[in-house]
Amino acid sequence: MDAILETLGLAQSAELLAFSPPGWGGNLLRGLANSMKIASGAFGMGLLIGLFGAYGKLYGGVVVRDLLAIYTTVIRAVPELVLILILYYVGTDLLNKASLAMGYGRVEISGVVAGIWVLGIVQGAYATEVLRGAIQAVPAGQIEAARAFGMPPLTLMRRVTIPAMMSFAVPGLANLWLIATKDTALLAIVGFSELTLETRQAASSTRAYFTFFLAAGALYLIVTLLSGVVFGRVEKWARRGQPSLREGGR
Amino acid sequence: MATLHPAASEVDSRQPQDAAIQVRDLHKSFGHLEVLKGVSLTAQKGDVVAIIGGSGSGKSTFLRCINFLETPSSGQIIVGGEQIEMRPDGTPRNRRQIERIRTRLGMVFQAFNLWTHRTLLENVIEVPVHVLKIPRADAIARAMTLLERVGLADKADTFPSFLSGGQQQRAAIARALAVDPSVMLFDEPTSALDPELVGEVLTVIRTLAAEGRTMLLVTHEMKFAKEVATHVIYLFEGRIEEQGPPDTLFGNPQSARLKQFLQTVG
Ligand SMILES: Nc1ncnc2c1ncn2[C@@H]1O[C@H](COP(=O)(O)OP(=O)(O)OP(=O)(O)O)[C@@H](O)[C@H]1O
Ligand SMILES: [Mg+2]
Repeated sequence: MDAILETLGLAQSAELLAFSPPGWGGNLLRGLANSMKIASGAFGMGLLIGLFGAYGKLYGGVVVRDLLAIYTTVIRAVPELVLILILYYVGTDLLNKASLAMGYGRVEISGVVAGIWVLGIVQGAYATEVLRGAIQAVPAGQIEAARAFGMPPLTLMRRVTIPAMMSFAVPGLANLWLIATKDTALLAIVGFSELTLETRQAASSTRAYFTFFLAAGALYLIVTLLSGVVFGRVEKWARRGQPSLREGGR
Repeated sequence: MATLHPAASEVDSRQPQDAAIQVRDLHKSFGHLEVLKGVSLTAQKGDVVAIIGGSGSGKSTFLRCINFLETPSSGQIIVGGEQIEMRPDGTPRNRRQIERIRTRLGMVFQAFNLWTHRTLLENVIEVPVHVLKIPRADAIARAMTLLERVGLADKADTFPSFLSGGQQQRAAIARALAVDPSVMLFDEPTSALDPELVGEVLTVIRTLAAEGRTMLLVTHEMKFAKEVATHVIYLFEGRIEEQGPPDTLFGNPQSARLKQFLQTVG
């Protein structure tokens, strides 16, 4: 093993990427773990916001619909980096003001939690649109049948609308998840120790920019490939009951 | 059930409060378009009421008002002696009541409307398990009997889109039967089917009529209506133009419009 690395001239890189100090591999993996925590938290929060947002946009009153229109338009219009700066600084500032006003001291906000909030709000805007489209794509007759059999609205949402819209929503949601994993890198700007920041620190302390950024790139790629496999399975499950197009319908 | 005049119902078993379903002076407008202009109907237990009429005469709207898929503009709907409480504008006063009554009205749609993400068995047990809260094992046992009955027991684990229209409609009938409805509502159950598949669905409906199920059946199949109906209603532009037992209505129609209608549909 050592010999192979030696001949390939990668011995030094392997040393730098070792999991225990002085190698930086452990830091990178910790960064990756943080990135994934933030991405999944934000994705989950986005789904929740998206579900309420989609229902609000479709069935809400005028005020709800207008507010949601402002939310999705603004979030999707402003560059994510700017949004992150705004949401992070405004968010922490407001939280601190509130905390001081209630007589507590300054609050220490965990990086992961703040990251989830900031990205979750961004994800929510996109998820609202994805889910709204998916809900509208559910054949009206299926919802009507459920109503005709006396299904209460919440049961109907849980048992009919959501499962029936999944096949339409999954491709869009898969995209959102990938965006979430990559957007975590933007959080480096506000000092979260996610993968990109850890990589930069490792690179600048060792001057081995190439090695570390290549390693980080590989990690992001692995995440994407694994996600592809997982979402492929989910989509297949969501499309159960629909004849595959490739086999030519019925 | 509380009957106000118990003695009266002994004298005449066709008292309104015994009716499986009763509709009084039903009106329905879509905006300025008045589609139903006062339709009344009483179906006793075991009656099969066929509703016929030209396209746009309001047949579907009438059926859909009965379970409030459309909100009537005015009128009264009484299912099994229980009157649906309506506000003056026709909207239901109590969502729970509508939901409860809907579970007693098994509806079968022209386009089947099976839930495509669920197998036939899952379609049939869905309402018993998740609305009526019947234990899953019991619901499955009953569902299998029903699928057997409509000749689809071997397709229990198949998804609807892999089946023919006739099979889907038979499954939809099994789904409606699963709630053991006091009245079944059929809206042109064979109109979306290829001609060679119509027969298998009509056969199933025929057995239901024979076992005394109360049914309201909107249909374009005149021969079938004549055969299974106990009462036929001819709707014309939102009004009952003529009604009566099938033999009289088809054999000796009175109104010129019905005569003409019967000629055109053959
Ligand atoms: N949701 C709606 N909004 C506006 N108009 C409607 C609506 N539903 C039905 N109508 C109108 O009401 C009239 C009656 O429609 P309905 O579907 O009840 O007729 P039908 O007798 O069932 O006809 P068909 O035999 O073609 O099914 C038609 O003129 C139709 O255009
Ligand atoms: Mg119709």
